[in-house]
Amino acid sequence: MLELEFENSVLTARLSGELDHHSAAVIRKKIDSKTEVLKPKTLKLDYSNVQFMDSSGIGLIMGRYRQMSLMGGNVEVTNVPPHLKRMFSLSGIETLGVIK
Amino acid sequence: MKCINETKFTFPAKSTNEAFARSAVAAFVMQLDPTITELADIKTSVSEAVTNSIVHGYKGGGGLIYITVRILNDNIVSIIIRDKGCGIEDIEKAMEPLFTTGGDERAGLGFAVMQSFMDSIKVSSKVGKGTTVTLKKKIAKNDP
Repeated sequence: MLELEFENSVLTARLSGELDHHSAAVIRKKIDSKTEVLKPKTLKLDYSNVQFMDSSGIGLIMGRYRQMSLMGGNVEVTNVPPHLKRMFSLSGIETLGVIK
Repeated sequence: MKCINETKFTFPAKSTNEAFARSAVAAFVMQLDPTITELADIKTSVSEAVTNSIVHGYKGGGGLIYITVRILNDNIVSIIIRDKGCGIEDIEKAMEPLFTTGGDERAGLGFAVMQSFMDSIKVSSKVGKGTTVTLKKKIAKNDP
């Protein structure tokens, strides 16, 4: 579901499996407690192994974007698989400039 | 429209049941031999509707969610998701993309996703009584 790695002020969160309102809440808590302690400059959210997601997967990015902005850091979303592209474009989240 | 097959199930409005609800609907729809994309569209839309019932209808306080899935003629799937929660005061406003009362972690996209991923959506709601969302999608026939 979630793997976290911290290196050179970058916290990488590798998400996997199904991302919905239930699992996003669990993942959010884990990421937020790590960012509070480690204070990374960049939070990387790797979506490559997300098999399914509803709009909670977008909410997760928006919430982390706000959190990281408050701490003076930034968010990068990487490896969005083709099957999630429609949700991403529908959400307009590209305008935040976080999708790499 | 003629109903060819039907299933109904009821479950408590707990977030742990979101995965169950969309998987159960998907399993029933499998008899129409949908494509992976069609199935993902349905799963995503059911997930949005069920989450709305849990987060907004019952405000996280619990209650029951009722789902009816029907296979209609012409390969059309109809999914009815009903709750007996607080209801929606202004349906038009609730359906506006990015409008949410769910706080910072909700994208306000639920209805936009259902509109985009399904062929049709109908929402009826009564304040204090609950909300019913009816989703329809035609599954393309894959000739062997």
